[in-house]
Amino acid sequence: MADITLRVNGSEKKVSVSPETPLLWVLRDALELTGTKFGCGAGLCGACTVHVEGNPIRSCSTPVSQVAGKSVTTIEGLAASNGLAAGQLHILQAAWIAEEVPQCGYCQTGQIMSAAALLAKTPNPTDEQITKAMNGNLCRCGTYERIRKAIHRAAGTVERPREIATIDQGKKRGNGGAQ
Amino acid sequence: MSPLSRREFVAAGVAAGAGLVIGFYLPHRGSANEVFSPNAYLRITPDNKVTIVVARSEMGQGVRTALPMILAEELEADWKQIEIEQAGASTLFGDQTTGGSASIRSTWDPMRKAGATAREMLISAAALIWNVPRSSCTAESSHIKHAASNRSLSYGALAGKASTLPIPTDVPLKQSKDYKIVGQRLPRVDSLAKVKGEAVFGIDYRVPGMKFAVLSRSPVIGGKVSSFDDRDSKKISGVSYVGKVGDSAVAVVADSVWGAMEGRRVLNVAWDEGPNKDFNSTAAIAAMRLVSATPKVASLYSAGDVARITGRRISAEYLLPFMTHAPMEPGNCTAHYQGTKCELWAPTQVPQDCRDSVATASDLDPDQVKVNVTLMGGGFGRRLEHDYAVEAALVSKAINAPVKVIWTREDDMRFSTYRPASLHQLSATLDGLGFPAALMHNLVAPSISGQKGQPTPGNVDPDLPDEAGPVYGIPNYLLQYTVTETPVPLGWMRSVYALQAAFALESFIDELAVAAGKDPVQYRLHLLEKDQDLQYFTTTWKTARMRGVLKLAAEKAGWDKPLPAGHFRGVACFGCFASYMAEVVEITMENDQPRVHRVVAAVDCGQVINPSILEQQIQGGIVYGLANALRAKITIEKGRVVQGNFDDYAPLRMEETPAVEVYAVPSAEVPTGIGEPSVPPIAPALCNAIYAATKKRIRALPILS
Repeated sequence: MADITLRVNGSEKKVSVSPETPLLWVLRDALELTGTKFGCGAGLCGACTVHVEGNPIRSCSTPVSQVAGKSVTTIEGLAASNGLAAGQLHILQAAWIAEEVPQCGYCQTGQIMSAAALLAKTPNPTDEQITKAMNGNLCRCGTYERIRKAIHRAAGTVERPREIATIDQGKKRGNGGAQ
Repeated sequence: MSPLSRREFVAAGVAAGAGLVIGFYLPHRGSANEVFSPNAYLRITPDNKVTIVVARSEMGQGVRTALPMILAEELEADWKQIEIEQAGASTLFGDQTTGGSASIRSTWDPMRKAGATAREMLISAAALIWNVPRSSCTAESSHIKHAASNRSLSYGALAGKASTLPIPTDVPLKQSKDYKIVGQRLPRVDSLAKVKGEAVFGIDYRVPGMKFAVLSRSPVIGGKVSSFDDRDSKKISGVSYVGKVGDSAVAVVADSVWGAMEGRRVLNVAWDEGPNKDFNSTAAIAAMRLVSATPKVASLYSAGDVARITGRRISAEYLLPFMTHAPMEPGNCTAHYQGTKCELWAPTQVPQDCRDSVATASDLDPDQVKVNVTLMGGGFGRRLEHDYAVEAALVSKAINAPVKVIWTREDDMRFSTYRPASLHQLSATLDGLGFPAALMHNLVAPSISGQKGQPTPGNVDPDLPDEAGPVYGIPNYLLQYTVTETPVPLGWMRSVYALQAAFALESFIDELAVAAGKDPVQYRLHLLEKDQDLQYFTTTWKTARMRGVLKLAAEKAGWDKPLPAGHFRGVACFGCFASYMAEVVEITMENDQPRVHRVVAAVDCGQVINPSILEQQIQGGIVYGLANALRAKITIEKGRVVQGNFDDYAPLRMEETPAVEVYAVPSAEVPTGIGEPSVPPIAPALCNAIYAATKKRIRALPILS
């Protein structure tokens, strides 16, 4: 057992776990951030994707000791890490809703984290760039086509945030936008 | 209008496949709380909240959106006001099984009647309050309106009065042309939670004080625990318990998932490998060719007399392997056993069977077991089984605390219930024009239900009537089923036997078209050109509707137009779960492997409830079916499943996923299945395209083996 400090979604967190514990289980069990999913435990499916210092990593196969002192962003903190206020959606989350991407939804948080890392570096990706960035994320419901459309939509609306302010689901009208 | 008792209402409403319905539920009535709940599917409260109860499980197929749309349509409700509630295991809704592409089919009538009944009662309530004729009142957007006096009351305001009225029978149902909600591309109700990471799947559910457990199970099918040594496991921090669960597993319990996994990693179990330690699936599949001395054979469909026909004869044999579902969310269940009761938070497709299985295993009565149904990260049939739930209940009982059992991906691959391997012997006798005057298909496979001890009247596996129809009106036609046995645990995997039946039949039809030197689409259309009703068990297959989807797919795919150099097409059509489906696949060959560029799918599933969800189901089914066709194969050596994770049992990735265009035949017919019918045609369509490209016929799946 070791005391490890990491910065998760902007807050400092101290956990007492064995150092080889995968970050995934620290997030899910110790910090109760269950938006990050367990799919394969071997870095093959991408359901556990989070950002460490802005880079997408597979938390199921990353020992927590490797991220000690580093900044971790999970799906729960994605919007805030982009400077959005509580209740606001990241442009990709809004685009995912607009394109009706999720079926079961289990893999989608990992998909969004991979897509967010892509857009951060490549604001207007080509189809090839999207495929390359997203190929490590599996979806058994087969939502890949709509994922591609949603990434294009988000990329296209980066400069036009007002347009996506209306694509919420009705219940939280006005909170759907990026700004 | 005559009052109808609650019991009669529910019993009438769930006639489609429902079992015993006990109407213990009493709707809230009277002015005490002013809740209007004329049936178990609906509650309207004075604060204008309209709650619709969904008695099927959400695993991505959209029931939490689509089923309420049906009720809301008849209720004339404002869709934005609707709140959705998930039913747990209950006696109120008939059979809650979520499978067989049946959720819409089996709830279409009860959900419509539930909504229409409430609507008529709300109209009555308003007419009484205003003292005007019922016929002068209309329902619209969660209000009853009286146009003559320009008055309007919300459903919430009418809830108290409506709850005092008798429940009518024979309420009028709307016509398809008047639908405002059904048929619309409404967004799913749960997308926001899913993109924010707030959706609670089974694996996410937490109970205070909950422990985590993983189990070590016999690596050999049917093996048992001989002994175990838990000394190393108990040295792992957080491990609090190690103990046998049943005869063939040992549970390791810890205060974290990782602790339990680490505890299992160092656990030493000696196994009694049992009778299957030399079982080999490749040899077992080959042995299906050996007809036993006393074969168990059932005739599934018969027309004319295949034996009487003479002429040019063509025969072929097709083979399919064992496969597994591999939903993204691995198996799990949370249980809290407390002596005289047990509560479960279960990702389950069959809450009632989950309840009953746990009751039996833990010596409780079914009404002492409460099943809460969670969201599911995919199901595909795997969550029709309740091994997870029984394990969770037994571990909770052993440790006297709430526990979540989690399966790893390797557990999911190696301890699944598998799609049965199958062998198909087809032969046709051709007429002078090269069309089959007679066709025979012998489907050889073990019975899923039979292995589970469920009834198989006349040797017919009860799934086959929904999944292996005749498709073509061939005058002499025999479809027969030969039952084999296997020690491999079997389960119902998306589209079940339809996948096997369609691969064999639609590959073979393509072979016949090639032998006749005819275009594969024209050849099929010729076999469908006469309007015929093909009676197959309780389904009447109409050649006109099959012809309709085939023509639609061919037209949208531009079948008659030339392709770019190096591009080739294949086609297949099939009917299952009462729906008609045709698919055209366009490929190139790269390094002897197919690359699928485009799929055009046409469906006739009657009335479409939500076109967006329909498109998702068909696109998803095709992606799932492509993975089955290309790579899905479970092999068993020395009684052990070889595959373990997404590297050796690899689903489709984005780079392999084609553009899929979906077209639905406009229809006001009764809605039929949509979760599975897109899966079966894709493998034969792809193999037929590969033949067009290479002149090489693929008669065994997977393609890339």
